[in-house]
Amino acid sequence: MEADPLILSRVQFAANISFHILFPAITIALGWMLLFFKLRYNSTSDPAWMRAYFTWVKVFALSFALGVVSGVTMSFQFGTNWPGYMEHVGNIAGPLLAYEVLTAFFLEAVFLGIMLFGFRRVSNKVHTAATFLVAFGTTMSAFWILALNSWMQTPAGFEMRDGVAHATDWWAVIFNPSFPYRLVHMLLASGLTVSFFIAGLSALRFLVGDRSESMWKALRTGVFAAAILIPIQIFAGDQHGLNTLEHQPQKIAAMEANWETQANMPLILFAWPDEAARENRFEISIPNAGSLILTHHSAGVVPGLNDFVGNHPPVAPLFFSFRIMVGAGILMLVISWSAAYFLWQRQTLPRLLAYLLVPMTLSGWVATLAGWYTTEIGRQPWLVTGVMKTHEALGPVAGGHVAMTLAGYLILYAVLIVAYLATLVHLALKAAKDGDESPLPSVLGRPLSQPLQHEGKI
Amino acid sequence: MTLDWPILLPFIFAGLMGLAILIYVILDGFDLGIGILFAFAGDEEQDTMIAAIGPFWDANETWLVLAVGLLLVAFPLAHGVILTALYLPVFVLLFGLILRGVAFDFRAKVPAHRKQRWNRIFFAGSLIASLAQGYMLGVYVLGLATGLPAMVFGALVALCLAAAYAAMGSAWLIYKTEGELQQKAVLWLRSALVFTALGMAAVSIATPLASPRIFDRWFVLPDMIYLAPLPILSAVLFAWLWWQTFHLPKANDRHSLLPFLTLAAIFALGFTGLAWSFYPFVVPDRLTIWQAASAPESLAIILAGTLFVLPVIIGYSFYAYSVFGGKASDLRYD
Ligand code: HDD
Ligand code: HEM
Ligand code: HEM
Repeated sequence: MEADPLILSRVQFAANISFHILFPAITIALGWMLLFFKLRYNSTSDPAWMRAYFTWVKVFALSFALGVVSGVTMSFQFGTNWPGYMEHVGNIAGPLLAYEVLTAFFLEAVFLGIMLFGFRRVSNKVHTAATFLVAFGTTMSAFWILALNSWMQTPAGFEMRDGVAHATDWWAVIFNPSFPYRLVHMLLASGLTVSFFIAGLSALRFLVGDRSESMWKALRTGVFAAAILIPIQIFAGDQHGLNTLEHQPQKIAAMEANWETQANMPLILFAWPDEAARENRFEISIPNAGSLILTHHSAGVVPGLNDFVGNHPPVAPLFFSFRIMVGAGILMLVISWSAAYFLWQRQTLPRLLAYLLVPMTLSGWVATLAGWYTTEIGRQPWLVTGVMKTHEALGPVAGGHVAMTLAGYLILYAVLIVAYLATLVHLALKAAKDGDESPLPSVLGRPLSQPLQHEGKI
Repeated sequence: MTLDWPILLPFIFAGLMGLAILIYVILDGFDLGIGILFAFAGDEEQDTMIAAIGPFWDANETWLVLAVGLLLVAFPLAHGVILTALYLPVFVLLFGLILRGVAFDFRAKVPAHRKQRWNRIFFAGSLIASLAQGYMLGVYVLGLATGLPAMVFGALVALCLAAAYAAMGSAWLIYKTEGELQQKAVLWLRSALVFTALGMAAVSIATPLASPRIFDRWFVLPDMIYLAPLPILSAVLFAWLWWQTFHLPKANDRHSLLPFLTLAAIFALGFTGLAWSFYPFVVPDRLTIWQAASAPESLAIILAGTLFVLPVIIGYSFYAYSVFGGKASDLRYD
């Protein structure tokens, strides 16, 4: 039996990008979070802020390293597994990727060194500026790569000549219809991922008895940021869905397992979509609610899968991954608001909530992955909607080779995720043990009014 | 006067890509090399060696992303042909780069008793990545040939490139360290140089023999005369550097950057030679840069950005190197 290179390449691409996105989801927003810690330190001179910075900058460094190495892998994958992709749409994808490298990657990579190790070598201002530039760089790279990804979802601003896409309007290419929604939704997703990381690991410190200032500061920052971001995210997600309904109605139909075009569509809470019989089993639903959400009108007509027979994505994966994302979002809302209430009104956290926050550390990852699966599987069978199908991009590599490399990547990624999480827990527990006591060479013993002027330099 | 952009643009991009590869090989060369030298160093020395590359490695690797990116965006056809032909070596390269990139960070953050494990992974990853790059270079030089002779040649180039990187690593350590470690680095440099010289000679001899087209590019008059400086200068620099290793380090650490610069110059010369051999092909004997290039409009828009951004990148890279200039000291976050 010869292994099917198409399926294997798809699984390999999905595995690689799923692994990759875990780390950008952290670095994009953690950069801004660190800048926040730094600015608080600059304005209050309270060393606890700087201590929080040093704890989390280590997490940043580690996540960044994992993001870089898996990202490098991604950029080779286009050529190794999907050469047809660049042959057909390279004229669009090329410049977007090039601008990402030029305007974002170099900025991040060069200033990362100063941000991580430069605290005692450059002036405080330059160190703050480096932190800003790194955060800005990660955000820029999200901008460019999401522009490309959104263009693949909702292509615009181009024409086809001899089967090759040529840009006619770069503005329309970049600001294609789904891009603003996806950018906002993804940046918020990153913010939430980081907020729950910080809140969850700080809650772990709280549970092992750490009551240091830096723990409280990080905990409060994480919980309050989550509580603020999650309602915005839910609103943004709803808007995103409306936009998708307009441009990719088959995707929404699959997400909602809506087999027939109908008015008064119910909102399905649970079901088992059966693609062979084209119906749902074990359905539990709220009447009219689906139409209400998607058309803001209880009798609104929502297009169903019957309009797209043979040309719509697989239903069950979309249906479930979408629900996992939304479910995670609702959990986030409940838990972050309860925790915020206690931290605000009672200045402390009940142990039960702390216990809940610890597993929530990974809730952002779960929701982000589920969201991307919804988006990407929802684009199938197209690679670029209406322009080229996924199988057209496949290269001539033998299935056996792909199977081999896939196995290699999977083992490597599994080991790395375990090592990463173990190291985070180790760092959190170590910070808990150090408390506010351990020496912080360059922060302690400086006049409070003057945060950090390095000897000899301004 | 009219400029023929469809002719000119692919040419410019071939130049930019060559530049990016060269910068990558020189910069990531020294930090991959230090990873290889890890096997020969003691525990404390390893910490110093990491401190000598810590702030730079990520930016160094970004040049690889740029080089592959330029291949991808400017010569999409070639990108597909080359990378599918080198499917397995690319995997090995990436595997190595992933291992070393993360080991670097993990070794400083895991509990003390695990550190040694990540040190070994750092060494292994660096070695694997260097060997894979050398192997790919070898196979590419032979026009992406398959079969046993190509594999043997690839393996030979792999070993030599690893040695060349080790030489770069040693030269960087001579610049960044002092005392015992610096003296060790001088010895490392001397041994690594032997293999590097052998490797460059092997590639230089094999290339024209393997490809009649390349033979004709080098061994015709008057080109031969213009090209003669390349091998002669390389040989002179090698000999000079070899001789230097018996006199380093100098009093007051004078000229400690010189070995590194010399090696960089040798790399640049070798690289120019290769470029001359292959021009105008981007996939040897199969695709020229014009056949493989993207549409001129797309190239133009990338070029505009590149011309604007590249000087800025180079500028702030110099700044970052100067912030961490001087001898490597304890690398810490706080
Ligand atoms: C929404 C965000 C996002 C998405 C969808 C992707 N990336 Fe990414 N990528 C980042 C956000 C990011 C980042 C935040 O900018 C990273 C993470 C850590 C880092 O160093 O930068 C990064 C790093 C990173 C690097 C290393 C850069 C360096 O050397 O500094 C490469 C080559 C890529 N990515 C390539 C890709 C490719 C080919 C993707 C898709 C097919 C992709 N990324 C999806
Ligand atoms: C970062 C978050 C992303 C995740 C989690 C993700 C996930 C996935 C998944 C699961 C698939 C497989 C769908 C299927 O075959 O059923 C896929 C396909 C694909 N995605 Fe993404 N994706 C992401 C971002 C991107 C971006 C930014 C790009 C391009 C710029 C991209 C390009 C592709 C391509 C080329 C395919 C087709 C190959 C395939 O079907 O596997 N993806 N992605
Ligand atoms: C709870 C309310 C939410 C709603 C209504 C919602 C809605 C959506 C929709 C409709 C999509 C698919 C868009 C498309 O492919 O066209 C999507 C994708 C996505 N969601 Fe959500 N979402 C919600 C919560 C969240 C949360 C809490 C996170 C993460 C923390 C998240 C992260 C993502 C990501 C990363 C994607 C893929 C990128 C994109 O297409 O924007 N979402 N969301």
